[in-house]
Amino acid sequence: MPQPVIRASNLVKKYKDFAAVGGIDFEIAPGESFGFLGPNGAGKSTTMRMIGAVSTRTGGELEILGLDPDKYGPEVRSQLGVVPQQDNLDVDLRVRDNLIVYGRYFGLPTRTIAPRADELLGFAQLSDRAKARVEDLSGGMKRRLTIARALINDPKILLLDEPTTGLDPQARHILWDRLFRLKEQGTTLVLTTHYMDEAEQLCDRLVVVDKGSIMAEGSPADLIRRFSSREVLEVRFGGGRNEEVASQLGGIGDRHEVLPDRILVYSQDGEAELSRIHQLGLKPITSLVRRSSLEDVFLRLTGRSLIE
Amino acid sequence: MSVAAQPAAASSKVLGDLYARNAKSVMWRGYTATKTNTYLVIVSGFFEPVFYLLSMGIGLGALVGTVATTTGQEVPYAAFIAPALLAVSAMNGAVYDSTWNVFFKMNYAKLYEGMLATSLGPLDVALGEISLALARGALYAAGFMAVMQALGLNLAWSAILALPAVVLIAFGFAAVGMAITSYLKTFQQMDWINFFMLPMFLFSATFYPITVYPEPIQWIVQALPLWHGVELVRGLTTGALSTALLGHALYYVVMIAVGLVVTTRRLRHVFLD
Ligand SMILES: Nc1ncnc2c1ncn2[C@@H]1O[C@H](COP(=O)(O)OP(=O)(O)OP(=O)(O)O)[C@@H](O)[C@H]1O
Ligand SMILES: [Mg+2]
Repeated sequence: MPQPVIRASNLVKKYKDFAAVGGIDFEIAPGESFGFLGPNGAGKSTTMRMIGAVSTRTGGELEILGLDPDKYGPEVRSQLGVVPQQDNLDVDLRVRDNLIVYGRYFGLPTRTIAPRADELLGFAQLSDRAKARVEDLSGGMKRRLTIARALINDPKILLLDEPTTGLDPQARHILWDRLFRLKEQGTTLVLTTHYMDEAEQLCDRLVVVDKGSIMAEGSPADLIRRFSSREVLEVRFGGGRNEEVASQLGGIGDRHEVLPDRILVYSQDGEAELSRIHQLGLKPITSLVRRSSLEDVFLRLTGRSLIE
Repeated sequence: MSVAAQPAAASSKVLGDLYARNAKSVMWRGYTATKTNTYLVIVSGFFEPVFYLLSMGIGLGALVGTVATTTGQEVPYAAFIAPALLAVSAMNGAVYDSTWNVFFKMNYAKLYEGMLATSLGPLDVALGEISLALARGALYAAGFMAVMQALGLNLAWSAILALPAVVLIAFGFAAVGMAITSYLKTFQQMDWINFFMLPMFLFSATFYPITVYPEPIQWIVQALPLWHGVELVRGLTTGALSTALLGHALYYVVMIAVGLVVTTRRLRHVFLD
């Protein structure tokens, strides 16, 4: 692996006695697209804020582009683009001015920023809204503007905290497309998400975090291979019978899991398992064979109950 | 891009990550925001003290006649209160900008959060915001002094020095105001600021000499910042120059220093913890 652009070892962030991030290790290579996947409160945003040099760590080591963010805050931040979980666009400024003013915060001269702002407005499909007020933009437009703003300093690393949460499918696909282009241009992407499809689409490699610790690390395909089976068979027996039926399913599939409304059978070959279930004389009301997804991995690793 | 790659604060390492020498970008932002939005606030800030001066100075002045300043000099009533109104408007403008405005930007608009994710440091933000408030205050003050000049209320050449004095006063209030605001969590707490400001406005030898009070009350008034501002500006516009003026100015220098240190620490604590 080439020299990593971000290196964390035993990274800890405590709020009073509570460890929001409890000693995590990861390395991110230049040009890589790296994801943090985890349930609410896992510590994703906290980690992103430490990487973004706006939160000082409680313990461990952290290096961004070879610099310690606690010592070289402004230098580190000048190389980063940040898309926070909640938009914090400047509502007193017009759309294009949001980019110009933000560029000036980095100490860049207007002659550098102005052409770049126009280019980014095009990139974010907001050229025709350049003079609009921020309040008048839709949620998806605001998100795209936030991403455009994060690119005004031509960052080496782009940090995206839940970039597409709250957007409709069209808006998400537009955003994914834009992020994909950035990745192709060699920008390192670090993102957090709750969406498995997003992680599968965008991440070369990801870590699943829960309660401040890393549960697993790998590429999406790799994680599915390690923590789930190739296929999942979903069968429903209806009306509280699932529990009872499940006890007869010993030996079917690699393992199975009983949910209130259905049973999941993890297997290499879902159809084969289904015919074995039929052979047992069991008649599911509905059945479905699908490929295993990152969601199965996620739920296996972080559990099905709400953590909070 | 090579420009972005330059360490932003390389030459000011004494202040470390607190200062990137780019407060002007924060001022630029304020200027752009003002341009984008209404000019009305700006205009009203100029007229308020002028109305006070016309109604009280000219109206009441006809009944009162002359009043003695601290140095014993008898001056027309309008010339007595005009410098006080100048100091008060500097205080009001600075306090408004550094409390309500800053509180909103910190807690609701998340503006500073965005700024501090760039290469700016907390001191850039504090200095930029305060400088903007001062620029606006200086503009009002210049307008008000033009009115004073037209009404013949600038009694000495030293009146011209009242302009920088007003900026100093505004700087003191803005620095302390921002420091206090950084501790406040709710709008209710903000009301305490008004609770403190109104009596200070009324009792700081603004409309009559401090000698009307019994001595212990005089001490209290003299401990408060506005009294020093009023005395400083009045000394300059009436030409009653004395070393006491330096003491008044020093009071504000201390306010500025304390205010800036506390604000910077707090912004760092709140946004870069
Ligand atoms: N400033 C803070 N003070 C105290 N506790 C905090 C603070 N910020 C975060 N926490 C706590 O740290 C934990 C991790 O929070 P964090 O925001 O990093 O989670 P997350 O993984 O981003 O969750 P979500 O998916 O909901 O955004 C939570 O339990 C949260 O309550
Ligand atoms: Mg989060």
